[in-house]
Amino acid sequence: MLNNIQLLIDFPVFNLQLLLDGLMIGAIFALAAYGLALVWGVMNVKNLAQGEFVIMGGYIAYYLSIDAVVRIGIPGTDITFFEVMKPGVNPLWALPVVIPIMFGFGWLMYFLIIRYVIDRDLFTSLLATFGAAIVIQQVLNLIFGPDVQTAESGLGTRILFGSVTIQEIRVLSLIIAGILAALVVLFMKNSRMGQAIRATAQDPRAARVMGIDTDRVYAFTFSLNAAICGAAGVLISMIWVIQPFYGIAHSIRSFVIVVAAGLGNLPGVIVTAFGLGALEQYGGFALGAEFQQAVVVGLLIVVLVVRQIMQARHRQVVR
Amino acid sequence: MTLAMTKSQRTLGLYGLIAIAAVIAPFLFSAYISQLTVLWVMVLFAITWDAMGGQMGYNSLGNIFFFGAGMYISAVVQIGLHYDVAEYTAAYGAIKVDFTPTQYYTGLVLGTIVAAVGSVLFAFLLSWVVFGLRGPYFAIGTLGIALAAGELVGAWEYVGAGSGISLPVFPGEPEAGERFFYFAFFVAAVLTFFFFRWLYQTRFGLAINAIRDDEEKAEAMGIHTMRYKTITWALSAFFLGICGSLFGNYNIFIEPLEVAFATVVFGIPMVVMSLLGGKGTLWGPVIGAILYHVIKEATWKYFLGWQWVALGLLIIISVVFFQQGIMGWAQEKWPELFGIEVEEAPAEGEEEAA
Repeated sequence: MLNNIQLLIDFPVFNLQLLLDGLMIGAIFALAAYGLALVWGVMNVKNLAQGEFVIMGGYIAYYLSIDAVVRIGIPGTDITFFEVMKPGVNPLWALPVVIPIMFGFGWLMYFLIIRYVIDRDLFTSLLATFGAAIVIQQVLNLIFGPDVQTAESGLGTRILFGSVTIQEIRVLSLIIAGILAALVVLFMKNSRMGQAIRATAQDPRAARVMGIDTDRVYAFTFSLNAAICGAAGVLISMIWVIQPFYGIAHSIRSFVIVVAAGLGNLPGVIVTAFGLGALEQYGGFALGAEFQQAVVVGLLIVVLVVRQIMQARHRQVVR
Repeated sequence: MTLAMTKSQRTLGLYGLIAIAAVIAPFLFSAYISQLTVLWVMVLFAITWDAMGGQMGYNSLGNIFFFGAGMYISAVVQIGLHYDVAEYTAAYGAIKVDFTPTQYYTGLVLGTIVAAVGSVLFAFLLSWVVFGLRGPYFAIGTLGIALAAGELVGAWEYVGAGSGISLPVFPGEPEAGERFFYFAFFVAAVLTFFFFRWLYQTRFGLAINAIRDDEEKAEAMGIHTMRYKTITWALSAFFLGICGSLFGNYNIFIEPLEVAFATVVFGIPMVVMSLLGGKGTLWGPVIGAILYHVIKEATWKYFLGWQWVALGLLIIISVVFFQQGIMGWAQEKWPELFGIEVEEAPAEGEEEAA
């Protein structure tokens, strides 16, 4: 552990490497966290299935990228109705496929589950979405198995300053994440639905009085969140690894970012996400890779404690 | 008076029936003894969770932490009495533990006591961190603690990191060992039940119910809420620590993510069992635990491969559509059975007129 820290001091160029990696991963964390902030702020639902949406998007991209035999049957059994060969495509093309699929999935989940938990106490939404997370994890596990996967984008790597390696796909995904975030922000600002979402977030009752169909707004918000997460998942599957049970770590990252940055604070979310990405890279490097998950979860506790200390100054009821 | 007599006799008869059934069950259904053993573990889980979530209104998602902590503390004590723990875990089970019965039982008893005390200490320490958090933040914070503990123990070489520790094997016939642990868990669950039953009848029970109903008002009425919350959390931890220690020995092999800090296997079902049976009632968690366990074993047997999907769906259904639980539903349906007197609700405006 101390050796690694000494290494960072002796070779400053490693810092640059970790920092760049952290920023490029942080940009994707920002997408999922923004989705969580949206759902949390508008519907007051804390979605613990956030990370599972990310992983689900990732698996769809992975599936499109491999040459696979499409077997229509019942997963977990040998019952097959028919088979067909599917050629692999570049996972970048999965983006326009994943976004509508995840949007539809979000809509379905809203009408099956989330609709019933909006008015209930917050613990209900936490537990219900956790149940949904378990179902998604397990179905992914049944379909794809527990192995760690990566979608190959086929792009090369470049070397900066002699020793800093930069994978082109990471730069590309940073750009894509930026474009997606900009699109979502523009949508929220200018479109009719975006305005309705913001109005509902401010005061659902007044919004209803003004003729906004809040049920539809909620459904749209949740679906939009699922779509954003799915897109983030596509990027994650190309630059990192996916596994059916990695979702919980992504959910916790989203919570860390949103709790630290506060709701409705988009610049805060982006900055915190970059910070978390970099911190995680540093933590993983300095303490060893086996501590990387522990760093993420430990940060959640740290953020909650800090928040508590800050709030102790003016004690008030927290929603 | 006569009604009260018959009621207490009825309760006594019920306890007697359960006790007889519990004692003869392992001999009658000896093929299912491991399922029956875990049933009592589940009952204990549900009762201890309900003390926090149901009676005090603090919905913890991380109570499994104390189960795992107790398990590891006990394991380190038991091994540490006779071996060097670091050397033992580094050998990955190559060192064969061969304890004499005396060594085994003293280790087990001592380990369980230290585990219970250790869990209580952890509860006091953690209460500084978690009890400032309210509502969903409390749930997320406690979930974070359980997950972080699993990850940290999984990276800690001294206790065997991810490959876990194998514990001493029960000295004697395997069947005798199974029966021994069945009755150990049965006694632990019964003690837990009667302890909390007594607790809810005292002023302490009233105080934690007041915290659940309105913490600000309770504090304004002079209840030292922080003290009550910490003690309830510590009591939960005490019984979970004992249970963890016993479960480690029952399972022989312990490991951080799937056995000790098993959030999905044990941690979340704790909550679901209480909700299923009806949280905030005495019998609710017990009924919920039995029902959950039966459903779990049935899905294991008949939907192998799909069992976790089925359990996830069960969580969603019980939380979203059936949150009052079986006891809550029964109380609504037959209030007079529970001694609840239903007052005719006064019509709107009638109260003001009077």
